[in-house]
Amino acid sequence: MMALELKNLYDDFRDGETIKAYAQIIAEDAKKLKNPINIMEVCGGHTHTIMKFGLLQLMPDNVNFIHGPGCPVCIMPKERIDHAYVLAMQEDVILVTLGDMIKVPGSNGSLQDARAKGADVRFVYSPMECIKIAQENPDKTVVFFAIGFETTTPMTAVLVEHVIKQKIPNILFHINHVTVPEVMVELIDSRDVHVDSYNNRIDAFLGPSHVSVISGSKIYDKFPKDYGRPVVVSGFEPVDVMQGISMLVKQFIEERCELEIQYKRVVNHEGNLNAQKLINTYFEKMDLFRWRGLGNVPESGLKLKDEFASLDAEVVYKDVLPIAEIEDHKLCICGDILRGMAKPTECTIFGTACKPTTPIGSCMVSSEGACAAYYKYGNLI
Amino acid sequence: MTKTVTIAHGNGGEENNELIKKIFYKHFENDILAKSEDAAVIEDGKLAFTTDSFTVSPLFFSGGDIGKLAVCGTCNDLAMMGAEPKYMTCSVIIEEGFSTRDLEKIVKSMKNELEINGAIVVSGDTKVVPRGSVDKLFINTTGIGEIVHKNISASALKEGMSILVSRDVGTHGATIFAAREGIELESSLQTDCASLYPQIKALIDANINIIALRDATRGGVSAVLNEWARSSNVCLEIEEETIPVQEEVRGICEMLGFEAIDLANEGTFVLAVAKEDEMQAFDVLQKTHITSAIIGTVTELHKGKVILNSSWGTKRFLDLPTGELLPRIC
Repeated sequence: MMALELKNLYDDFRDGETIKAYAQIIAEDAKKLKNPINIMEVCGGHTHTIMKFGLLQLMPDNVNFIHGPGCPVCIMPKERIDHAYVLAMQEDVILVTLGDMIKVPGSNGSLQDARAKGADVRFVYSPMECIKIAQENPDKTVVFFAIGFETTTPMTAVLVEHVIKQKIPNILFHINHVTVPEVMVELIDSRDVHVDSYNNRIDAFLGPSHVSVISGSKIYDKFPKDYGRPVVVSGFEPVDVMQGISMLVKQFIEERCELEIQYKRVVNHEGNLNAQKLINTYFEKMDLFRWRGLGNVPESGLKLKDEFASLDAEVVYKDVLPIAEIEDHKLCICGDILRGMAKPTECTIFGTACKPTTPIGSCMVSSEGACAAYYKYGNLI
Repeated sequence: MTKTVTIAHGNGGEENNELIKKIFYKHFENDILAKSEDAAVIEDGKLAFTTDSFTVSPLFFSGGDIGKLAVCGTCNDLAMMGAEPKYMTCSVIIEEGFSTRDLEKIVKSMKNELEINGAIVVSGDTKVVPRGSVDKLFINTTGIGEIVHKNISASALKEGMSILVSRDVGTHGATIFAAREGIELESSLQTDCASLYPQIKALIDANINIIALRDATRGGVSAVLNEWARSSNVCLEIEEETIPVQEEVRGICEMLGFEAIDLANEGTFVLAVAKEDEMQAFDVLQKTHITSAIIGTVTELHKGKVILNSSWGTKRFLDLPTGELLPRIC
């Protein structure tokens, strides 16, 4: 049992007067900008905050947002969801995952559909709940479909450690953990035949604070240094985001290009070294991870180390898992949205064929997806 | 419409509406049902008639249990049509192996709540099914009430009217989430589960002309406001800061990525009155719950929509909740 002591943790960070004051500062500073700036908020959590609290409405014309790829659900390619679906449909499997993941449509349907067809699909608040499920169902195999960025990886690593140390025989893992810096590099480096290059659009990054709570701000060191892109690691409350944007605007008018931390109350340069050690004990980089809409991004995904292959559902169930890569619906422009090339409203099926109740693209599925945020909070106003 | 029914179809939001309209309303079509009110108004406006089934996990929670819920829920649906609850039926489906002690506890709890409403159970049914066929215990209650305030309707809202809530929102949903397996938060939070007829009677006795009234159950206050905006083809402009939410409810919402206004309530209602009745209605509500509040106004800005105004000058739409309420990933 844990005590609930969240009182007043957020009140100040949603204060109307403070938000208005930051809007004023940003507006004043933005007048001094030589060129408009495009800030990519890497994480879907930031997109959600920006839309939910209407922060877009407070921005001057020359400060734009590009919505980045940072939503664990949005970036999951269909073939991985198909893996989850196939595993869930195995007779003796209980498929366990986190929240929104159960809504994402694969080629046969979502995990929610699998559940409606009789599969035992459960969502948990913490991966550790898998232990209880496994103990209560000794004749079944619990497959934990692990998703998320640096934030959720340590929780999976803790579960792996428990499974090994307690010799729990009936928990397997399907690992889909991905990492933020590699995809940021991809977004800067990659080129598209239709446009000059992506890097003409992203001028700065707003980094997600929860990732850096684990990994430290050090993971962004190279962006100001090697790529000329300033980064501010920011919290998720509206005051945090406004301050983070203000810090970035100030860097541009003062002609600085640095890594700064807005969320100093929790984040430091090194991060949580214990969590990092735990992750490195059990996981290693995959050569390539295919991101939905973005394609293969080198070293952006994690997998269980070979020595733990007996816990790897992808190895154990190799014979039943599909291997073909599946392309997105051809009218869906999630890929361009995740790259910051297009706004959700530029998609021809946005809000018509593709809605939160009938999502076609992944950005509409998760509440943290850019399309879902635009649909829920942003249309018409 | 999806090929199979999913949990999302029972969320009290968008998918739930779709299922009801495209399957049940399509085949049961009639003028009374089409009004889609909390309870059907029958016998030339003399009686209100409603039914509800109750499935909740856990069965016992802080401030209530499934029995209290089963009486409150149906009596409140009657009260929301300005009716005094009178007669009720009670039908239970029990999973074999269920403890008779717990069953009696639940029935006693129903009795207490019936007394508060002044209603009696006049007919019932009991079914026992093999283990695994239902989750412990399901209860259905049907109620009949005598209408004492006529013409309450979700379609009667007009520009300039005021919107109030009877107390702070989201406590039932948050209490249930806090008690769920896997979360088990230590909190002093209690469900708002309560019979609402006494409060409605107080409003009627104070001569307040109630325009629209609805208890904000599944789908929360969001669902009620959206339904009213659509039914009356008006815009509801809500001042976000005035929506009363307990600190602990806010805390749970923060942790799990929910909004209190989307969470279920079992003893909270939304009220629409003319502007001139606003303060008097507020005074009556305050006598029961100090947290009651005037939260918004009916306008014509975006017809059929609900707008949330923030204290920092931004606006956004408040949509119907969609999908299954799932905790966020990170």
